[in-house]
Amino acid sequence: MRIPAWKRWLVAVVCVVAVLALVPNFLSRETVDRLPDFLPKNHVVLGLDLQGGSQLLLEVDAKAVVRDRLEQLVGEVRAALRPAQIGYRGLGVQGEAVVLTLTDPSKLDQALAELAKINPLLPAAGFGAGSIRELVIEGQSDGRIRLALSERARDDRVSAAVTQSLEVVRRRIDELGTREASIQRQGVDRILVQVPGERNPEAIKRLLGKTARLTFHMVAMEVDPAEVRAGRGPAGVMLVESAERSGPREWVLYRQVELSGENLVDAQATFQNNEPVVSFRFDSQGARKFARITQENVGKLFAIVLDDKVISAPRIREPILGGSGIISGSFTTETANELAVLLRAGALPAPLTVIEERTVGPDLGADSIRAGVIASIVALVAVIVFMVLYYGLFGVIADLALLLNLVLIVAVMSLLGATLTLPGIAGIVLTMGMAVDSNVLIFERIHEEVRTGRTPLSALETGFDEALRTIVDANLTTLIAGAVLFQFGTGPIKGFAVTLVIGVITTMFTAVTVTRIMVAAWYWRARPAQLAV
Amino acid sequence: MRVLPRIVPDGTNFPFFRYRHWAFAASVVVIVAAIVMMLVRGFNLGIDFAGGILLEVKTPGPARLAEMRTMLGGLGLGEVALQEAGSSDLVLIRVVRQPGDESAQQAAIEKIKQALEQGFGPGLDYRRAEFVGPKVGEELRRAGTLAVVIALVLVLVYLWFRFEWQFGVGAILACVHDVFAVLLVFTVSDLEFNLSSIAAILTVVGYSLNDTVVVFDRVRENLRRYKSLPIDQLIDKSVNETLARTVMTTATTFLALLALYLFGGPVIQGFTFAMLFGILVGTYSTTYIAAPVLYYLKLRPAALTAGESAPRPG
Repeated sequence: MRIPAWKRWLVAVVCVVAVLALVPNFLSRETVDRLPDFLPKNHVVLGLDLQGGSQLLLEVDAKAVVRDRLEQLVGEVRAALRPAQIGYRGLGVQGEAVVLTLTDPSKLDQALAELAKINPLLPAAGFGAGSIRELVIEGQSDGRIRLALSERARDDRVSAAVTQSLEVVRRRIDELGTREASIQRQGVDRILVQVPGERNPEAIKRLLGKTARLTFHMVAMEVDPAEVRAGRGPAGVMLVESAERSGPREWVLYRQVELSGENLVDAQATFQNNEPVVSFRFDSQGARKFARITQENVGKLFAIVLDDKVISAPRIREPILGGSGIISGSFTTETANELAVLLRAGALPAPLTVIEERTVGPDLGADSIRAGVIASIVALVAVIVFMVLYYGLFGVIADLALLLNLVLIVAVMSLLGATLTLPGIAGIVLTMGMAVDSNVLIFERIHEEVRTGRTPLSALETGFDEALRTIVDANLTTLIAGAVLFQFGTGPIKGFAVTLVIGVITTMFTAVTVTRIMVAAWYWRARPAQLAV
Repeated sequence: MRVLPRIVPDGTNFPFFRYRHWAFAASVVVIVAAIVMMLVRGFNLGIDFAGGILLEVKTPGPARLAEMRTMLGGLGLGEVALQEAGSSDLVLIRVVRQPGDESAQQAAIEKIKQALEQGFGPGLDYRRAEFVGPKVGEELRRAGTLAVVIALVLVLVYLWFRFEWQFGVGAILACVHDVFAVLLVFTVSDLEFNLSSIAAILTVVGYSLNDTVVVFDRVRENLRRYKSLPIDQLIDKSVNETLARTVMTTATTFLALLALYLFGGPVIQGFTFAMLFGILVGTYSTTYIAAPVLYYLKLRPAALTAGESAPRPG
């Protein structure tokens, strides 16, 4: 039972670091900021189930991403085949592909050669992936051609859309003035938004539910909407619903996008003639375009389209050269504000759907904290008393190890900035029960060794050594279960896995070092002739 | 110094192994019952797995449950379950998954909130609002099952590596038994089966393994020490030698979980109940499933096992 000095130092250092790591949990943020830099400043983060808050799992509409690209592709195909004077019919998006049929099937090879020119190689990802093209083009002898996105191209596009959405979501939530929101990517096409303390997730949902794609189109005033509805309209126009309460229900617009929200640099909600409006400003490129359009089209109607709905179609009275304008529609102060936020934050590349929502009110969170704390204290006291009554002095040692263990768990969680959830508290309580297991294994082993007639010193040494192997084997299996739980769990369950895994590790540490040091210290001081374990 | 007497007296020699047939019968009954109940009655699936909506509402005064039930039932949202949640002014509202896609679920939440506000005024407080879309529900179900299976496989590999293959098989069979036993509790009772239930099952698996490994470790040690002791006696000896530790650890863990069950609040009550039951089962399965498997898988050659009169050294 001689403990090498380095081991004692190790334990001492660990204890000091642990206590230092605990400190930030009890200080206000301002005080922590004033601490010198060499001190740990992280603290345990309370999960949404404890502090209250909203968690939304959003899914990026991958189909819409693909559809957008395919619609673009239709134009490219048209542009590729026109100069080669290859005739076709039925060009359009069908399912997840662009299809067309050549009027002269014998020109298939020529057509495929032309289309190959608009099919670039994708940048290589890793080794040997450089030969993947964006499109998979299939031609049939009857002149039918099908262009679909290759799997890589599809994945790349969806991934880029998610990355971009992530940015937009972050900007929109920042605009709301919500602090400490966490926005993470999850899986291939998902975004996890966690907003602590939010009582009303509806505002967030409404804000994230809009794509906010803003485009400006000229109104095709000469075309009769009824003609377009009947499918007899000229090429290059489209029918768009109106979002306004007054005026026509539908507008015929030129498909050509004159300007889009990408050119905006600012948008603000203001008032004009006592009515809420949104004022906006273009960047320099947008301003030039805007000036040209308004110069060339004085007297015509200019439609502002948001998410496939015309929000306003004012008449251009005079050229607007300053690059700023006003959207007046049927706004309330609130909706004008919302639109301004959306325009400032930019458009989402594809619609987002809320596929999971979990909101916990602060009251329930507080109740859970209270319940968790009471349960922990009761469990702790029960285990401590039981151990002392059962093992006497050794029980006291085990209890000290247990308390240190709890300090270590919270310290490690603080250093990692880990999240404590209600199931996480359950994990800690469970660890209390199991933490004493290591000590029980040691004590029972010592007890057995004493009974075989060993001297106290020999019994202690053999007891610790033999028990160690069992402790490691037994705890590693729990560790495996905990790690799997961590990998597969989400939210609160992950919180449970975190405390369980940390608890198992600290338990092993305290059992093999701290308990041993304390028992050794007692032994060399008391030098008992016999052990009563 | 010791205040309490030792729970397990020194040198116990309880013939656990003799009663293995009874125990086997009981285990088989549990597993068959679990399977039958799962097929016949199924689980009270929470929204994590079934998808759907859950709201916890606090009303200004005592909740008028019957009135609420009639009103929400009339919204045409399918099955709406109302339940008092802990105190008389808390109501838990569960709505089954709505036909259609995610937006249909969102619309349903709005509808309920509107109806509640109209009928019961603005003093309502939403303590909890959860919604799980059909897609996520299915994924969680798959991930949950996968987690349990992967954990078992990893443990099998670890034990194979650390011990011999018979130990791995024994431990896994014991775990499978425990999983079924906990599942039986879920099907028999009305406990909601949700993500925390998976966590509870995995914890039980971890605990059961912990317990099994302690006994196996002793079996391995005794195998080296008593070269000619028949395996059945050796198993009994090992179980008896570790009995004091088993009882102590189970007692302290049970004590801690009991505190959690009694004081931890309604949110995790189901979770702790499953664990309370699980650690008892996990302790039982070590002795009556994991250990006997070693015997049947002939950890020691049969010739030795047959020799009832083999000398007992030590």
